[in-house]
Amino acid sequence: MQWLEVGGLDEVPRLGARVVRTGHGDIAVFRSADDKIFALDDRCPHKGGPLSQGIVYDRRVACPLHNWVISLESGAATGPDSGCTRRHEVKVENGRVYVSIAAVEVRTRGQGDSEAFAATGT
Amino acid sequence: MQRERLVLIGNGMAGVRALEELLALTPDLYEITVFGAEPYGNYNRILLSPVLAGEKTLDQIMLNDERWYADQGITLHKGKTVAQIDRCGRRVIAADGTEAAYDRVILATGSSPIMLPVPGKDLPGVNTFRDIFDVNAMLAASRTSRHAVVIGGGLLGLEAANGLQKRGMEVTVVHLLDTLMERQLDKPAADLLRAELESRGLRFLTGHQTETFLGTERVEGVRFKDGGEVGADIVVMAAGIRPNAELARQAGLHCERGVVVNDTMQTYDPRIYALGECAQHRGNTYGLVAPLFEQAKVCANHLARLGYARYAGSVTSTKLKVTGIDLFSAGDFQGGPDTEEILLKDAARGVYKKVVLKDNRVIGSVLYGDTVDGSWYFQLMKDGTDVSHLREHLLFGQAHVGDSGHGAATRAAALADDAEICGCNGVCKGAIVGAIVDKKLFTLDEVRAHTKASSSCGSCTGLVEELLATTVGADYTQTPRTRPVCTCTHYTHEEVRRAITENLLKSIPAARQFLEWKTPDGCHVCRPALNYYLLCAWPGEYIDDSQSRFINERAHANIQKDGTFSVIPRIWGGVTNPHELRAIADVAEKYHVPTLKITGGQRIDLLGVKKENLPQVWGDLSRAGFVSGHAYGKALRTVKTCVGSEWCRFGTQDSTTMGIRLEKMTWGAWTPHKTKMAVSGCPRNCAEATIKDFGVVAVDSGWEIHVGGNGGVKVRVTDLLGKVTTMEEVEEYCAAFMQLYREDARYLERTAPWIERVGLELVRKMIVDDGENRRRLAARFLESQKHAQVDPWAERAGGSERREFTPIHPVTPRAVA
Repeated sequence: MQWLEVGGLDEVPRLGARVVRTGHGDIAVFRSADDKIFALDDRCPHKGGPLSQGIVYDRRVACPLHNWVISLESGAATGPDSGCTRRHEVKVENGRVYVSIAAVEVRTRGQGDSEAFAATGT
Repeated sequence: MQRERLVLIGNGMAGVRALEELLALTPDLYEITVFGAEPYGNYNRILLSPVLAGEKTLDQIMLNDERWYADQGITLHKGKTVAQIDRCGRRVIAADGTEAAYDRVILATGSSPIMLPVPGKDLPGVNTFRDIFDVNAMLAASRTSRHAVVIGGGLLGLEAANGLQKRGMEVTVVHLLDTLMERQLDKPAADLLRAELESRGLRFLTGHQTETFLGTERVEGVRFKDGGEVGADIVVMAAGIRPNAELARQAGLHCERGVVVNDTMQTYDPRIYALGECAQHRGNTYGLVAPLFEQAKVCANHLARLGYARYAGSVTSTKLKVTGIDLFSAGDFQGGPDTEEILLKDAARGVYKKVVLKDNRVIGSVLYGDTVDGSWYFQLMKDGTDVSHLREHLLFGQAHVGDSGHGAATRAAALADDAEICGCNGVCKGAIVGAIVDKKLFTLDEVRAHTKASSSCGSCTGLVEELLATTVGADYTQTPRTRPVCTCTHYTHEEVRRAITENLLKSIPAARQFLEWKTPDGCHVCRPALNYYLLCAWPGEYIDDSQSRFINERAHANIQKDGTFSVIPRIWGGVTNPHELRAIADVAEKYHVPTLKITGGQRIDLLGVKKENLPQVWGDLSRAGFVSGHAYGKALRTVKTCVGSEWCRFGTQDSTTMGIRLEKMTWGAWTPHKTKMAVSGCPRNCAEATIKDFGVVAVDSGWEIHVGGNGGVKVRVTDLLGKVTTMEEVEEYCAAFMQLYREDARYLERTAPWIERVGLELVRKMIVDDGENRRRLAARFLESQKHAQVDPWAERAGGSERREFTPIHPVTPRAVA
């Protein structure tokens, strides 16, 4: 499993999120009130809204475009809505946040690139 | 641990609804047993009429099948009638000997039809209309015989008559009084109804008292007191219902007409609750579904040991479930000596409307032929709204009060299935009706959650409620008048605000803790509301919680469908100059802004700016002298002006200067919802001030002040608040109005619905009549502005909140074993 170092835990606001630009598209990294970290594709399953811009509470985020509520743990829409966005494994070690981008094959999102993991440098 | 045992007696809508509410609150508290006399799961009894008429099938009206009981771990004894409650031994005993021990009991035994005590009432062929058995018996009779007599011209009797006629029978309705449905209709409406039903082939014998049912083997006819007779193959008794209180009475519980309960739905034995048609609360018994559901909620709340819900009685309304007949009735529709009636009667169109007023408040209403506004009148009645300003339009309906010309399209029942109801989310009538039927929806919130209809701008809420009413049967669960802020709490907006100020709560966590929020972090509905209430209550002291702000307010720009943002700098009163225009042009070129657009508020919109570029864009704009236009916020937006007396040959006052002065005073203010203003230089009103939240129209002798207008989904023309002479007075009125709105309206309530809710009189009293109060309000506003008028763009261009605008570019991928 390949881990991508995103940065310090402090760089993600509590009950907030940051966007991570990767070669596999934008990933939204969320932080809950109790400092748990979650990562999802930054696309709502509804109309592609950037989930990183939504309001975070408990283990959920409300999409900023049409208020779909997405589970941070599974990436699935809650309530009567149905749809799922790709989730990614995360871990926090020594105050640093790491994300492992889920294989693209799991849910093709038109990224096209299913080859070896690569992230854009800065 | 041994769970407490809860026994429900009566497997009908009220009792099962209480179980559903209870399970939602606390799934594991009780071990539940249900006794039901009927051999079915729980079905929607209201919809038996459409089943009889062949418009629905039994399957379509089932609410909970046996699987549901199994899934919830509920023991269901169906087809077993409870014969005794042994209160000393705390057990319930059924007629067949089945027993269940209890810690708590819910009595929901419903009601029975009243059988007239006349000879022949036990003859075969004499039926009641209460349950599926009765419906089946009537259906069987309709297949083999021809003549039916329905005793009772009330709601139930007419529905039965209609159903039998639909099944091909010749039906005579016998009614004791002259007026059909006298408990719901006055004479003129009843006459219209009768004429309509007669034209469909029903026969009426009003003013007839039944003496005997004729026949020996089975019923053959009915004889009346006056000696007349009518032949019948089947007789349906629909002369009223009586609460089933016998079981409770035998158990020694205090009963009058029904089982007497208190405000937590407990009988005189606190272990035993009663609700639904068998219960009598504050002297009233109810036979409609909406009150039963309210009672179920309260009962469940108490059983779940929460204990804060109280039932305070219900105001009810009725509709007749006969296809093609629109009829609505609520409250005191007869009126009395100290009431007034507003009437409209158009016999040719078959329309009759009557609204009864007392002290300018709606206390009752009867509608026939056109019932679209029933729910509106009902709401006005429940809210006790002062309708003096609506009187001249009242009978023409809510559409006439303003809804951007939807007018005749608001007749939900008449619409085709593919008619679009919710324009925001593209939801058609068929989809809504389908969801209501398939998913067994009862409330507006449920329909919103499942279909998205009415969940965006809300302008179709009335239509959706109408569809609920026509689909579920008239008395679906009306949206309660005072509702909690969201599902995280049971407190209303007003209660939350009061708690914040009275208990000096100064942060969101403090407010949530004090008010015992049910969720750890709140949600996307309550957090922005709390943030606003705290900001409004403690200006300069409360620290704004950016994570509780919707993205537009957090990023100080408007998110667009592609995730980019739009930037609108403030252009004071819509007046600009070459320097400003050049600066905007430079920014547009430098950051490759794809679209520039003149907005409706006399400003310039730069669309398609990437979020990470926002601080630089703002920096450039700041240097040119611009501040944020707050086009993204629940805040003061624009002040639109016309050129006024400076240029216009008709202008009476300097409206441009006035507008700029108002905008300089109010910019930066956060409000419950967006707030727009305009100043026109003469009554031609080119700045369209009379559809703004705060509008000023210059006249030769001074300034007219208008409030509560709206040009959005629901057009509303302002109310005239008053007239003043100087610009300083306009400013004082404006500041006072802003502050009153900020302190009194609910979060996300525009000035138009706020004024309609609280009444213009309140605004007038607080601002016009009481000069001292006006000055105090204005002073509070100006004080709050001292802390609010900090340009958020300049701050962020200077580096604050940098994280918000910067994406993370991970350095290098790293393999960790």
